[in-house]
Amino acid sequence: MALLSLVLSTALGALGAAAKLSGSIVPRAITHAYTTLVRGVPELVLILLIYFGGQRVINQIGQALDLDYIEISKFWAGVIAIGFIYGAYLTETFRGAYLAVPRGQGEAAKALGLTPLATLWTVLLLQIMRFALPGYGNVWLVQVKSTALVSVIGLADVVGLADKAGKSTREPFLFFVAVILVYLVITWVSGLALRYAEVRANRGQEA
Amino acid sequence: MNFELVFRHWDLFLGGIWVTLHLTALALFFGFLIALPASLSLARRSRFSPLVRGYVYVFRGTPLLVQTYLVYYGLAQFEFVRESWAWFFLREAWWCAVIVFSLNAGAYGAAILRGAIKTTPKGEIDGAKSLGLSERQVTWLVLMPSALRRALPQFGNEVVFMLHGTVVASIITIQDILGVGRTVNAKYYIAYEGLLSAAALYMVITFTLVWVFRRVEKRYLRHLDMDAGKARKVPGKVTGKIAAGPMMR
Repeated sequence: MALLSLVLSTALGALGAAAKLSGSIVPRAITHAYTTLVRGVPELVLILLIYFGGQRVINQIGQALDLDYIEISKFWAGVIAIGFIYGAYLTETFRGAYLAVPRGQGEAAKALGLTPLATLWTVLLLQIMRFALPGYGNVWLVQVKSTALVSVIGLADVVGLADKAGKSTREPFLFFVAVILVYLVITWVSGLALRYAEVRANRGQEA
Repeated sequence: MNFELVFRHWDLFLGGIWVTLHLTALALFFGFLIALPASLSLARRSRFSPLVRGYVYVFRGTPLLVQTYLVYYGLAQFEFVRESWAWFFLREAWWCAVIVFSLNAGAYGAAILRGAIKTTPKGEIDGAKSLGLSERQVTWLVLMPSALRRALPQFGNEVVFMLHGTVVASIITIQDILGVGRTVNAKYYIAYEGLLSAAALYMVITFTLVWVFRRVEKRYLRHLDMDAGKARKVPGKVTGKIAAGPMMR
């Protein structure tokens, strides 16, 4: 779940960053509204809005088109909501990373006669990735923790399951401690992986 | 869309705003009280620092929702908790929320403040010492004020994060802004209006806070010349600054 929404938010983030950096005003305004909205409203409110509100919208479209009742699964509602939210954060991360790449890099590539696409792909992208890594890791860690919130819309993730198990065995403490351990292991492993990735990405940069 | 129902219940929403702000303020206040000694202990590697490190790691590494569940549902399972004096607080959703949110804010605050203490220029401390200040005076008159000022931007993020964190309270039955929004939704069997109003309210509060913090930062970080108008580019490693917009952590 966290992984799937990460894929979605990465795509949204890249798209958003591109739009925010582009010269024309319309995409910039749209992404500005997007990031402002997401940052101003708590995640849980957005998840509920997307889950309940999204269901309504889909039903109305379905009725207009004379289709059968469609139910969006809770899983996908959760993935979309969380992907949507963290896409906004990654937009900012990627934008910052793009701006951190020295301008001369792009200009030099242009001077060598590379097309804009080739410039982006072969010269800039890897450097952007390097600059974006710390922020990306940060977002990932926050995102993993926010997946706990989807249990509120009734999804059986670790938290939802622990809640159920705790209620039926009357030992909620035990189960929630287990959940805490699960999250700690996830953050611990991700922390290690990120440090490794950062060291690897910054190999060429002995400060 | 029918917002008339929302307006008819404006008093409920007003109550929700009060609950949310009250909860946020309490958590930040107690969190700050925790963060002060905890950050010092972390930065100076005192005897307790492994313990403090564990506390900060657990609270930052797990979701607030799970922490809240653990205290609200989990602790009630033990007989001795229910019989002790603490039960007076722990049986109330409100106090559970205050306790958990304070501990959470304390952990994040300690991490922020530790960073600020660590990056204090050494000359500042040496200067204070050479003026003949005692160890305690150096800490509380020089080191802490300086570190607190420099931690202001991150504290601003923390405040917004805490505000957004308080929505968890609505899950354990507290009628904060989101709680009211959901109640109104459920009462009239509507899908958006209550939630949308809640979202709008949170947004207004968030951006008011961001604005206030920007003013405060301008005032207290003037000496660091952060608003000199020229964006300095830092080559090489990316610092947190670039990736950090409001409320990024």
